[in-house]
Parts: sequence; structure tokens; C-alpha cells
Amino acid sequence: MAIRVNLITGRTIQQGVSMEAGKEKPAYTAACGIIELDPADFKKLGAFRNTNVRVTSDHGSVIVKAVEATQGPHPGVAYIPMGPWANMVVNPNTYSTGMPTFKGTPVTVEVAKSEPVFSSLELVRKGCRGELA
Amino acid sequence: MTKTVTDVICPFCGTLCDDLEVVVSADNKELLEVYNACAIGAEKFLHSQAKDRLTRPRMRQEDGSWKEISYDEAIEYTAKILTDARKPLMYGWSSTNCEAQAVGSEIGELVGAVMDNTATVCHGTSLIAVQDIGIPSCTLGEVKNRADRILFWGCNPAHAHPRHMSRYSIFPRGFFTGKGHKGRKVIVIDPRPTDTANVADVHLQVEQGRDYELLNAFRVAFKGEQLPDVVAGIPKEKIYEAADLLKSGRFVIIFFGMGVTQSLGKNHNIDEAIAVTRDLNEYTKAAIMPMRGHYNVTGSGQVWGWLFGFPYAVDLSRGFARYNPGETTSNDLLRRDEVDAVFVLGSDPGAHFPFSSVKKIYNLPSVAIDPHETPTTEVCKVHVPVAFVGVEVGGCAYRMDNVPIETRKVVEPPEGMMTDEEFLRHVLARVKEIQGV
Amino acid sequence: MAEYLIKNGFVFDPVLGIKGDKADIAIKDGKIVETTALGSPKVIDAAGKTVMAGGVDIHAHVAGPKVNIGRNFRPEDKLFGYKARSGIERMQGGFSVPTTIRTGYNYARMGYTTVMEAAMPPLYARHTHEEMRDTPILDQGAYPVFGNNWFVLEYLKNHEIENAAAYIAWLLRATKGYAVKVVNPGGTEAWGWGLNCENVHDPVPYFDITPAQIVKGLIEANEHLGLPHSMHVHANNLGNPGNYTTTLDTFKLSEGIKPNSKFGRDQVMHHTHVQFHSYGGDSWVNVESKAKEIMDYVNSHENITIDMGQVTLDETTTMTADGPFEHHLTELNHLKWANADVELETGSGVVPYVYSPNIKVCAIQWAIGLELALFAKDPMRIFITTDHPNAGPFIRYPRVIKWLMSTEAREQQFDAFKHKDKVIEATNLAGIDRELNLYEIAQMTRAGPAKALGLAHMYGGLAPGLEADVAIYDFNPNEPYAPDDIETAFLNAEHLFKTGVQVVRDHNIASNGNKRTLWVNAKVDENPQVMRDVKEKFLRYYTVTLNNYEVTGHYLPNPYVIEVDATE
Repeated sequence: MAIRVNLITGRTIQQGVSMEAGKEKPAYTAACGIIELDPADFKKLGAFRNTNVRVTSDHGSVIVKAVEATQGPHPGVAYIPMGPWANMVVNPNTYSTGMPTFKGTPVTVEVAKSEPVFSSLELVRKGCRGELA
Repeated sequence: MTKTVTDVICPFCGTLCDDLEVVVSADNKELLEVYNACAIGAEKFLHSQAKDRLTRPRMRQEDGSWKEISYDEAIEYTAKILTDARKPLMYGWSSTNCEAQAVGSEIGELVGAVMDNTATVCHGTSLIAVQDIGIPSCTLGEVKNRADRILFWGCNPAHAHPRHMSRYSIFPRGFFTGKGHKGRKVIVIDPRPTDTANVADVHLQVEQGRDYELLNAFRVAFKGEQLPDVVAGIPKEKIYEAADLLKSGRFVIIFFGMGVTQSLGKNHNIDEAIAVTRDLNEYTKAAIMPMRGHYNVTGSGQVWGWLFGFPYAVDLSRGFARYNPGETTSNDLLRRDEVDAVFVLGSDPGAHFPFSSVKKIYNLPSVAIDPHETPTTEVCKVHVPVAFVGVEVGGCAYRMDNVPIETRKVVEPPEGMMTDEEFLRHVLARVKEIQGV
Repeated sequence: MAEYLIKNGFVFDPVLGIKGDKADIAIKDGKIVETTALGSPKVIDAAGKTVMAGGVDIHAHVAGPKVNIGRNFRPEDKLFGYKARSGIERMQGGFSVPTTIRTGYNYARMGYTTVMEAAMPPLYARHTHEEMRDTPILDQGAYPVFGNNWFVLEYLKNHEIENAAAYIAWLLRATKGYAVKVVNPGGTEAWGWGLNCENVHDPVPYFDITPAQIVKGLIEANEHLGLPHSMHVHANNLGNPGNYTTTLDTFKLSEGIKPNSKFGRDQVMHHTHVQFHSYGGDSWVNVESKAKEIMDYVNSHENITIDMGQVTLDETTTMTADGPFEHHLTELNHLKWANADVELETGSGVVPYVYSPNIKVCAIQWAIGLELALFAKDPMRIFITTDHPNAGPFIRYPRVIKWLMSTEAREQQFDAFKHKDKVIEATNLAGIDRELNLYEIAQMTRAGPAKALGLAHMYGGLAPGLEADVAIYDFNPNEPYAPDDIETAFLNAEHLFKTGVQVVRDHNIASNGNKRTLWVNAKVDENPQVMRDVKEKFLRYYTVTLNNYEVTGHYLPNPYVIEVDATE
């Protein structure tokens, strides 16, 4: 079942390490093309760990892999490491401060088992060309 | 044979560790091993040697493929799009040295650019707050030598500044802090029980986005006044306890990050955090410090400060500097289609800006100066790889506490590869030619 | 290089002793030369104009971390006054804390050619040098601060003068610094705990040394080294009613000590911005001027020099290494406060301040600064400054000159005070009718500061052999003039030469010059103990390594090294 959670984004060690190795490489997708969900939210979602999900906000939509929260519990809060996947859905409004709202975007998460998680370059390229679903 | 270069400065984050040791081949061409760095810093040094590294500029073709071009052609393209544009955006400037930042500033002046750095998506709101209320702060050595109350608010150094706690904030034995972490109390305020919270004495799991209220509640608690039963998800007893813990210290340091700069409230959150620090100074010594992300975003703010008078979002398009976050900041400019060319150096907005901004870059004349392939290079028309600052070329960088440290060159860059500074000097010369200056 | 002959100007030069007579000044190869040494010079007609050596500013906060805090945290300081790029001039902004480009140009427009950065925190020295590098035209140097430095506190507690001297020499080299600066001795280290030292006998927490011991020890170490400039001090208790006693106590620490310097200075102590340190009374209600008492001491003791720290009655930005004072100030005026304590070394604070003519205390401060200069017997020992930007922006120096030269201008200012009568009661100024002349002004802004800095062999005068730093002002002292004409003329020099290059022509910036950074390299005998102490403190307490501390050459693109041999 689709769930509503509050999305925040930020750094992780794996995001940092894989970024320095090269954002075009699979390790970066594995580190950042994910959403960390609290076990309680997984239960509501009704999905196995490591299933692909579609995350949708008022601003966009992206496919990422749902994993269990590594620094939880935080029911109701979901975490996508900073990067192009997170930025497909975060609130771009700066409210005249210059700063997009990277932390605190309401999103819907639903299972999308058979949809692929794109690599960072693919994601950005397809997005710019209007080729994303 | 090999040799070891000591006192190497790590060019990743604002912690700017300067105690790395790098083993290189005797001919200075190969980087073999890195000691003392965190996992991210080590990867940065070792990745610089990757075999699949791009060494020459390339230009996007009509059919979407990349074609290698010469540096001269890249310089020409860059100078042209900057001089043709009425209001180009020159963004990034955070993963490079101050020398390059200064040359870039000269170019920006000549072409009437908007100069913006990564603070715009990181601590820009902190800079706004400092302009409202000031900032009582100190160097990291003051923390190491004096601080006995450490508060991490909305930041997770275990993941973002991995050696911060061991070099400065929790574990070191300083002059007045001989007991190391045993003599310190650590509080973490974060909507998640982070890995940093796991080494803390107290974790307050604040409701995400309600930091402003909790900060304000601390100020009430310091004065011993009444609080509601629960503020931002935290019971008032816990707030009074934490407030007393801070007041009872000899030296309180508050470190803060994206948890408060990027969530709603933004600059007002930081205003309030600084007000908390100010208030604490009535009871004991207290300081506050932003956890700066890139290793030289601070330097970019310093260079523009002394050249233009503003630390980021500097609009030079009228021939003199103007500053108005919300108007002159990159994401607002891109969203409102107010720039007509994009130049990116030393950062990756393609990965770190909201996608609606990235799409705009794709549709504009654009060039990315970056050793890596990134989502930014993917949407720009020209990609110019350059040497890694701090690895293949030295230059000044400013730490999160504004201390300037000279990064070192430890290996030679790939044959024929330019540095940021060299490329920018060529662009500057060509821009002057085009403008007849 | 180009030759110039500046003809027929009214020259004011305390070095040659010319008091307004017509004289020709000759420039060749960057130096002043005899007129007979010229071949075919370009002639500058200075008839009816005032000619002086380029101005020398002994104390201004123009480059470094706290200056930049001032810039970055005050976007409002840039409102309305920004100047667009034009010709060779880059864009310039900022009123009380100008950008480095504006700093260079505005000083040059006032005919100044040498400006010393008043306080450089050693750990941040690289930043100060980057800003000086980006300040066009002016020759500069910076004073590292020593008065709260852990090495200094530990050595001087045991009166280890040689060790202190060896450390000073080491630090000057590591930071490429010029002189020994002392700010709120001991007090800023106390501020590391939120405390302060309020008089010269108030011991520093933990280090258990008094400000008196620190100041005296640093004077002795400075003379032991024979440095070009004397110890340069900002005493404890700045800005507090009744503080003049602390100032006199500080002055007295120099008694009996003779200068030991081959560079021609006669003083062993330079006390800066004395205006802030000359208050009587015991509260803001009865605060009064003690300038007379202060100047009685200064006039009768030749081994001291001072500078004014004149309040200009502007909205400005205060910034000082006296961290506790700045906290005190923000508690007073509730304006934004920035603070930056520096490990093992010093601290700083920055707070905006409005010196309003409607506030009695501000007007009293204004009067005190002028009294110091007008009571002075020897204009070679008291210099015009505003402790820029603390008491006012440096672009007000011509206004200060106007006030010193004209009782009419002073009366006009008195008439603008809301509490004129109370101000007159609390000060001496209204009863002073002395008007300084241009020769005395030249002593206070050129020859005097150059001599005190130990740089009389380069700056401050128009004698052959000195640097060709020459200013021509569109001001005829022999024709009737209104007081405002003084300010107008000295704010906008008609021509300025720096090291023989014309940098101002017809009131416009003509060149970005080729600035030099001065620093002092003092050679001392090897001192293994000090080197061991340095290594140990870096290993255990600093957060940068010893090898990463020293400022390397390329931060000074055009260095000028002053060698001092202090070996036994």
C-alpha cells in the first residue's frame, strides 16, 4: 500500500566515498539511489527490503531502492542520501531565501518492483529529454 | 622507490585535515597510498589515479555523443558564451583553490556574471543569519583545548565530517581538556538517532522541521521560565536538563548543519541557534560554528568578501556588486529563467540542485570545469577536466573555522592537463581580447 | 624609469624642514633625487598647490579575518555607495569596511602610500596576506599580535626575555609580520573563558601573569631584538569611564627603557587610539576627558609615541582583538556581534556602532581625540588615525585634518551637538584655540609615523634617497580658504606618485601600482628550547601542523624584507 512519509536528504559515508570514486559508477547508484525507511513504514508499505519503489512528491517522481533505515528508528521520516535521485522530488521552493527545501518534503512511496533505478547520468539525461515516466 | 609526503591537506570537506601522509612513486607520477585520511578523503586521493579518467576537454555533439576537443577550443567556447551572455551564472567555486577563485572573480567582473558558490544550497542561510545577528565563534583549536560541552544540532559528523570528532570536537586531549572525551558531555539534536548520536550522552529526537521551536525553548529554559509540556516532540523535562547541562559547562560549542539550514525556517533557524549561543554567554563561555561542506566553500566566501563585500549570490551584471538571496541565488535565477549561460567550476549542481534547476542548465549554453564525470557534465555542452586541487596542484583553502591552509601538490597531473587557475587565466585573456580591453 | 619634476609647489616636509616654501621635487628611478640629477623629466606644474610626501598610516584595520567578517556580515555597508568598474579601476564597495580594491584606491586618493595593518592573528596570517596582495598601490605590512599568545605568556611569566625574543623572531618570519602588537594584554586570553583583565595588575586565569608583566616583557624583548618599530600596544580597559589610570599605568611600563634600534626610532612604546583610553569619571553619566593628564605624561616622556583614534561621528563598524570589549559593546548597543577566538594566540570581535552627534558620550569622545593632538608639544610623536574603522572610516582623515586646522570647523561641529553644553563641561576642547598648520599635519601623517615605524629611510619625507612617494593637493595655503576646502582637497589628491610611478593623475586613479609587502626578518642565535616548545605545542595543542603554519613566499608577490641582526 502506498505510504506518506516526510522526506529528508543528506550525507552518508557511502555517498561520499562513491561520489569520489565517480558518480557514473554503480557504487554511486547503490549508495544514493535508495530510500531508507523505518521498519514500521516498511510494514505499512507491504514490501520486502530492497524492493524498488516509486517516490512521488508535488515536484516530481523517481524510482529508488527501498532499504531499511540504518540510523533509526524514525517512523514517518524517510531518508534519501543527497544526489540526483533525491533531487527529483525535493521541494525546490526557496521561499526567497535562495535555499531549496532539501529537508522536509512530503512524499508518497509505493512499490514499483519492476521499474529500474537509473544511474545518475542516465537519470539526469533522461529527465532533461523528457524520457522519464 | 617511493617517497612519503607528510602534512598533506585533504581536499574534501570543511574539516580540512592537514595531517595526511601520501606515498608516491619516486618520479611523482603515481599515488600509491594514503594514511590518516577518512574513507572519503582516501577515496579522493586514490581515485585521482583512476585509469578511466578523462584528460581532455570534450564537446557535446548534435547526436548526443561526446567529441574530444582541444583546450584552446574549450577556452574559446567558454569565453564566447560568457561574453555573449547578458547575465551568465558562474557557479561552484568550492572544490578549488583561492587563486582560481580570484581569477574567476576577475572574469565575472568583466562579463557581468552572477557569482554564486555552494553555500547557496548549504550554509547560505547561515550566512544570512550571521548578517542579521552576528556569530560568536572560535577556531577548532579552542574547541580542542577548552570545550567541555559539545552540541551537534542538525548535523551528522560521523558521516559528513568523519574525522571531526577525533581531531577537534570529542576525543582529543587538549591543553585544558586532558581527560579527552571523558571530560566532555555531548548532546545531539536530530530527527534520527544517527551514528553521531550513538557517541553522545544525550540525544533529543526533535520532530523534523520543528527545530526553531526547540531552539527557542532552550532560550526559555536558560532563563528558568515556563515551557509547554512538549516542544517539537521533546518533553520539557528533557529540555530543562539539556539546558542545565549546557549552562554547567566551562565552554559550550554548538556545531550545526543542514538539518537546520535546509529545513523550513532556514535562516531563521540559524538566527535562533545563534541567539541561543549569545544567551549562553550570559552564563558561561559559548561559541557556535557551521559545519561547512566543501573544503573551500569558506574560501570562496572570503575571497568574494574582500573583493566584492558579499560571501555568495553576488550579482555583478550591472558593473557593480549586488546581493539579495532569493533574487541573486542560483536556484531562483535558474527557475525564473533569469540567466542565459551557465559556467560551473568545482562543484556538481547537476547532482545537488533540485532537478527543475538542472533542466534549465541543459537548455542553456553551458560549460563544466571538473576532473570528474558528473550529472553536471552530463547536462553541459562542454566539459573541461582539470587537475585536482590538493592532489595535483596546491593552493590556499579555508577551513570551516576560516583558518587558511595551503594545500599541497603531491603528484603530477596527467600529461598536458591544465589546472583551474591556468584554464581561467586563458579564459580571462580571451575575454579581454573579445571585449577589446 | 620615468623622470618627473614637480615644480613650484608649496612643500611641507619635516625631514627637509621645509615649511611651505616653494620648492621643486625631483623623481627618478623610483626615488627622490636632487633636481640636478634629472635629464629630461616630465614636468608637473604644482604652482599654487600643496606638496607632501605620501601619507603613512601607522594603524588601520584593512586586511584580515575580522575585517572580512565586517564586510560579509554587513551587506548594508555596501548600500548606495558602490562604484562600478571603469577603465583600469575595478569595482569598489563598502563605506566603513571597504573592499580591498576600494581601500587601495581611497587611500591613494587621499595621497597615502603606506598603510600598516594593525593586527594580524598569526594562525590567520595567510588570509591577511591574501587581502594585502589584493589591495592595490599601497605598500603594506601587518603586525602579528603577541599579548595573549601562550608562548609569550609562559616565557614572560619567568621573565625569559631571550626566549620571548627568539619566539618573536620566529613568529615574525613564519607570518611575514612587521612588528610586535599587543592588544588588551592577557584579557583576550581570559576571554577564552568569558573573562577579562581589567587593569595592568589583573592576572590572567591559569597563566598567572599580569598585563604589566606582559607589556614590560614585550618591550624588553622588542629592544633586545632591536626591531624597526617599537612595541605597539592597545592597553587594557578600553572604552570604560575612568580608564585613563590604566593607560597611565601602561605608559609607565616604558619608563627607564631606552630604544635600541638602528632604524632611527626614539620610542620604546607606541600606544594606539589613545582617545579610547583617556576617559575620567566612573560612569556614562559623568564620563569626562582626561586628555590633558594623558598628554602631560606623553609630552614629558620622549620614549612614547601615540596615535589619536579620532571619532568621526559616523555609522561605522568596530573590530578589534579586544574580544571582551566587543561583547561589552553589543550588550550596550544591542547590534549584531561576531566573535572569533583563536587557539593559543588571540581573539577578535566585530560590532557595528553609530557615533551620533545627538549622544553626549559620542560627542565627548570626538572632543577627546582632538584634544590629544592639540595638547601635543611634539607633533612628531602623535599621529592622525581613526583606528579605522573603529572610531570612523579612514576616508575621514581629511575631516580630522580640517578640525585640527580650524577652530571655526570645530565650533560648527559643537553647534551640531544636541547636548553641546554638557559636552563642553566634560571636555577641554571648546577652550582650545590652537590651530595646527600644514607642517604639523605633515609631521603627524608622514614624517612622524615613518620615523616611529623605523622606516624614515624610506618614507615620510622628500629628501633625496627616499622612496618617490609624493602627493600633490589642489590646496593653496596662502590664499583665503574655507575649512571645508581643506577636507575637499585632502580627500582627493590631484596627483600621487608611488615609488616613482604616477598612480593618481588629475584626481583619477591612473595605475594599479606595484605594491610591496614589508616584513621583518630578525636573526637570532639558535634557541633549541624555543624550537622544542614550538614543536611540542603544535603537536599537542594546535590544530594545524607546524609544517603547514608558515606563510610561504608566493603570498607576498612583491616582498620587501627588512633584515635585523639580533645575534649576540
